[in-house]
Amino acid sequence: MRKAGITGRGLVVALPYFWLVLFFVVPFVIVLKISFSDIDLAIPPYKPLIEWIGKNSLAIRLDLNNYAFLFTDSLYVHAFLNSIKVAFVSTLLCLVVGYPMAYGIARSSAKARSFLLLLVVLPFWTSLLLRVYAWIGLLKANGVINNVLIWVGAIHEPLNMLYTPFAMYVGIVYSYLPFLILPLYANLEKMDWQLLEAAEDLGCRPWQAFYKITLPLSRNGILAGSMLVFIPAVGEFVIPALLGGPNALMIGRVLWDEFFSNRAWPVASAVAILLLLLLVPFMMWYQSVQARESAGAR
Amino acid sequence: MNYRRSVFIITCLAFGYAFLYIPIFSMVVFSFNASKLVTVWDAANSPTLKWYQALLNNEEILDAAWISLKVAVINASGAVILGTLAGFGLGRFAEFRGRFTLNAMATAPLVMPEVITGLSLLLLFVALEQSIGWPAGRGITTMTIAHMTFSMAYVTVVVQSRLATFDTALEEAAMDLGARPLKVFFVITLPIIFPAILSGWLLAFTLSWDDLVISSFTSGPGSSTLPMVVFSKVRLGVSPEINVLATLTIAVVTLMIAGVSFWMARSQKQLGQ
Repeated sequence: MRKAGITGRGLVVALPYFWLVLFFVVPFVIVLKISFSDIDLAIPPYKPLIEWIGKNSLAIRLDLNNYAFLFTDSLYVHAFLNSIKVAFVSTLLCLVVGYPMAYGIARSSAKARSFLLLLVVLPFWTSLLLRVYAWIGLLKANGVINNVLIWVGAIHEPLNMLYTPFAMYVGIVYSYLPFLILPLYANLEKMDWQLLEAAEDLGCRPWQAFYKITLPLSRNGILAGSMLVFIPAVGEFVIPALLGGPNALMIGRVLWDEFFSNRAWPVASAVAILLLLLLVPFMMWYQSVQARESAGAR
Repeated sequence: MNYRRSVFIITCLAFGYAFLYIPIFSMVVFSFNASKLVTVWDAANSPTLKWYQALLNNEEILDAAWISLKVAVINASGAVILGTLAGFGLGRFAEFRGRFTLNAMATAPLVMPEVITGLSLLLLFVALEQSIGWPAGRGITTMTIAHMTFSMAYVTVVVQSRLATFDTALEEAAMDLGARPLKVFFVITLPIIFPAILSGWLLAFTLSWDDLVISSFTSGPGSSTLPMVVFSKVRLGVSPEINVLATLTIAVVTLMIAGVSFWMARSQKQLGQ
């Protein structure tokens, strides 16, 4: 019986396990391999890493040129640094907008809470692409915002907003806000608000109480939410491509162009590997925050 | 418990929701605009349904929508099976070999940048085709496999967290009464986690229906999905038909969410009685 149970269990996890190994882990090994290959004018456009030369000799060519190229060409270094900067600033902006919202929802009555949460989640269910597109209509020279501002007489010439870093930040904050609010709300919902009352009874100003109690206690929620914004934002492609204009150099866009426009598969692979190396520490951090959060909940 | 919210917090909520919903409302309003200039309201001839008609006659968009629908349905069904198995394994089996790896593999796609997932899957498909001849070329099959790989992670998380909220006493009681594990799963566990499976299916469907980046990497000639067509149109500038498409999407999603939450509230009530 016990033995049958074990094989039964084995079958349950075996299917997802092997699916993920084949379609999630193996692809990374291939990306790693191709990042060391030479570019070639063939289909597929790279040279094999391991080749039989003659009868019995095997040649392995590990080419570090792709990586050397990325580190010496200022375009790639700049794109990497810029992506980190954009993702970091966007995360901070999301926190500024999202923290008061998550806090406000957590302090509402139970009935209002589920409705307010639904309103946060609803945009997430509609297409990201279409929501980014909406901002083009709002921000462009003869767009809604400029028309309204001219109509009320605040400005006379339309403001140049679309295809600027400003538009890109608006797009990223807008698209990723629900990812920050949800984990933060989940954390704040468990908060014991009597602690705040106690602090105020003992003479704390509301801001002091917030700074000394709410903020430290919601640390895991802040970290989890920030990570859910920061990590995907570093590799974001759609928003910089549609709102950022030609100067918005983000690493996801560089990878896309190397792959689709230049057909430089080995270079694109090397970019992917470096991006992954950059993000893995943050992913592990996120995992440990999640583990701590669910351990604390029990 | 007090529900005290300061004026500051209420102002923040108001601005936050305005920020979330103004773009959506603007698309809905301008979908009825007669002018081709999209954001300039043509008061003389609006509101009109002419762009709705134009969208329904646009073969390119309709074909792409059909492909997207096929991929999304197959993907959601497959992802639900894989994700439920993984979520059940992680949520109910305390220790097994490979638990750590499965957990890491099942949650990593949640935060993986799409460009990396897309590129790596494409390179896998190319390598597979070279060495074993399958898949022959790229299209709906490769896209569906790619979508299943990242959307099963979401199903896993939803199922796993649902399993964490109800304790094992019911399952153990059934076991004690002599039910086989498989029967316990279908008679006890499955009905309880069904809401999670349903929301997992809807989530997987939506993720696939919306995906641009991973589809672009893994699709082939003649299998452009709706987001791919929209993206190429939007890159050329705004188009009234996209506003219509957005309005229809919002309408369907709102109805769906309202329906599901109504249904869930009702079944919760029945469960409580």
